Amino acid sequence: MSETHSFYEISSPPGMTGIKSWLLTHDHKRLGLMYLAAIFFWFNVAMILGLLIRTELMSQGRTIMGPELYNSFFTLHGVIMIFLFVIPGIPAIFGNFFLPIQLGTDDVFFPRLNLFSWYLFMFGGLFAIISLFVGKGFPDTGWTFYVPFSIEVDTNVSLTVMAAFILGMSSLLTGLNFVTTFHRMRDKSMGLMQIPLFTWSLYATAWVQILATPVISITFVLVVMERLLSIGLFDPARGGDPILYQHLFWMYSHPAVYIMILPGMGVISEIIPVFSRKSIFGYKAIVWSSMGIAIAGSLVWAHHMYTSGMSDVSVFVFSLLTFLVAIPSAVKVFSWVATMYKGAIEMTPALLLSLMFIYLFSVGGLTGLVLGSVGTNIHVHDTYFVVAHFHFVMFGGTGFAFFAALHYWWPKMFGVMYRFRPAYVGACLTAVGFLFHYVPMFILGIQGMPRRYYDYLPQYETGNFLAGFGGYLLCAGIVIMFANLLMSFRQGVAAPADPWGATTLEWKVPSPPPVHNFVKQPDIMEFPYDFSGIGNQPGAGARTGDR
Amino acid sequence: MNREIDTTGIKIGMWIFLYSEIILFGGLFVLYAVYLHRYPQFFSEGGKELDRIIGTLNTVILLVSSFTVASSVTAVQRGEKKKCAALLLFSILCGFGFLVNKYFEWGAKIDHGIYPNSERLVNGEPGENIFFGLYYLITGLHGLHVIVGIVLLCLSLVLLLTGRVTAQRFTMLDNSGLYWHLVDLIWIFVFPLFYLVL
Repeated sequence: MSETHSFYEISSPPGMTGIKSWLLTHDHKRLGLMYLAAIFFWFNVAMILGLLIRTELMSQGRTIMGPELYNSFFTLHGVIMIFLFVIPGIPAIFGNFFLPIQLGTDDVFFPRLNLFSWYLFMFGGLFAIISLFVGKGFPDTGWTFYVPFSIEVDTNVSLTVMAAFILGMSSLLTGLNFVTTFHRMRDKSMGLMQIPLFTWSLYATAWVQILATPVISITFVLVVMERLLSIGLFDPARGGDPILYQHLFWMYSHPAVYIMILPGMGVISEIIPVFSRKSIFGYKAIVWSSMGIAIAGSLVWAHHMYTSGMSDVSVFVFSLLTFLVAIPSAVKVFSWVATMYKGAIEMTPALLLSLMFIYLFSVGGLTGLVLGSVGTNIHVHDTYFVVAHFHFVMFGGTGFAFFAALHYWWPKMFGVMYRFRPAYVGACLTAVGFLFHYVPMFILGIQGMPRRYYDYLPQYETGNFLAGFGGYLLCAGIVIMFANLLMSFRQGVAAPADPWGATTLEWKVPSPPPVHNFVKQPDIMEFPYDFSGIGNQPGAGARTGDR
Repeated sequence: MNREIDTTGIKIGMWIFLYSEIILFGGLFVLYAVYLHRYPQFFSEGGKELDRIIGTLNTVILLVSSFTVASSVTAVQRGEKKKCAALLLFSILCGFGFLVNKYFEWGAKIDHGIYPNSERLVNGEPGENIFFGLYYLITGLHGLHVIVGIVLLCLSLVLLLTGRVTAQRFTMLDNSGLYWHLVDLIWIFVFPLFYLVL
């Protein structure tokens, strides 16, 4: 394959060189990498902010910062992690890079729109940065921007919600692009049940993005309008109802949780069969559960609002619907575990991270049921229990899936292999740190410590100290993983086209792929996870394993 | 790899986008529904204060312009460039007409002291404040969409005159037309909800 040039060497559209060939590119692969660069930056910023928050909380009273700064920091941590890392992370980076290849085509349907989405993403980030330094500084409302506080406070709420608005547009247009690509550009011989599961999960995600994002857009517009014109739509003194804001907000923001987790589940569905050398168990069940989660997940938003004073009937209905979401999620978990049963397991960093995902996500999911049932929810509502729960799902789930995806597709994206041993060490340290960090929060929550508070009573000090300690372990693990990946460029061990013995289309093209992805018309397999041609022999991963 | 332009695909993309626009307004209609349920009397009284003649006139204007936009798409397919340009120009003028009417309508309301955060609304009945708050928000957002629609139609007109929209390749005009129909469609809901309520 030495005669093919990779997409790093040839630009799309042709004839551009240097920085221009990146900033004006139509190539979905380059755009994926540009998203990777931006998201990598934001992730590190938010991680450091998170660490500062936990350091502040390690001992009672003021430790390193005052209460105003603390409030701004946890808001900023939330806004960046949600809107600039977890939501765009997997779809914008890996989705852009691999969705067209997995569908056997050369680009997304609207390449220029794709570039535009990237610019929207960058502008959204820029707005967030500007809001830090002008006026009264970054908002201290929490990422939910609840009224009436967000309307009355004089920090930069308007700029920040506009940033979130723009980021929402970017995410919506990416979803639109994926749906159209899925339907119109798929290889003619690829039927619906021959599509890789990662692409299926992106398709389900894209629909949630399209259906839910406009609701948050209009909600943010309303916040800005209220701040500019004080209409009073959410002000009880003037006839408005603040609960309505919460409904509108969660009508998007709960489905957004599934925008965050579905692509992660897709990644895991790719990795598990490859390293078990066994066809995925329950392909159709996984496809349908993705769509099921997308639909059921859109109908559960008010479970964030049990204590807000809604009617008891709605509380019961939303609680019931919340329990329903557990079914498709469990279908996936059982399918992954069943796939590994009697498989020829090959432990690579990607699989190790996927196993951690299954464990952490399951804990997050089960504690979600504790929150979803009304009685227990009232007890732990707005406590650290909630914080621990959603970090188990968002970080233990999507975050670990993101790391797994990085380790799985790194050789394909950059054409180099990384070392395994530091990756194992980093992954284990991250997981151990993770448990140290968040398990104490479950206990703190049950003991009654409220979330978001700057200070606490003496009985919560042990738990908070432990959590802070775990936070440092966690970050150390992440730094080791990232450093190891970046070191792979210096070692420069070239990756073969298919280092893992995987079967989906992206592994049948050179690493890194050529500019139009395929050198010749791809052969579509009857079933994407058919390992009979590869057999049980270990992939090149084990052979190059630990050098 | 040069592939043929897939007009169906482009249309799918456009329809999905239009769908997201409808949901955008949907959020506001949800607010409308909840508050109508809470303050039916004030919504009815507020509706009587709006100028039904201007409202009806604007409805007619938008309906006619939607028709002319649709005709312009047919005209370009038949290769009748001049007719198409004339129809487009007429639609754009209709759009401006709509905005002018809106200007007078809003102006009259503001003269009567009805605008967000005005003394009359702040000190008056809560229901009245909500009705007019929603009125300004929804018609304002709709007005913004009218402006975007006009810009799109102008762009299509320029492309038509410079020969880049032709009988073979008229997706831009087609999609601008779809957008204009959306603007019309939303107005068809806004009009009865505010002007003809009860």
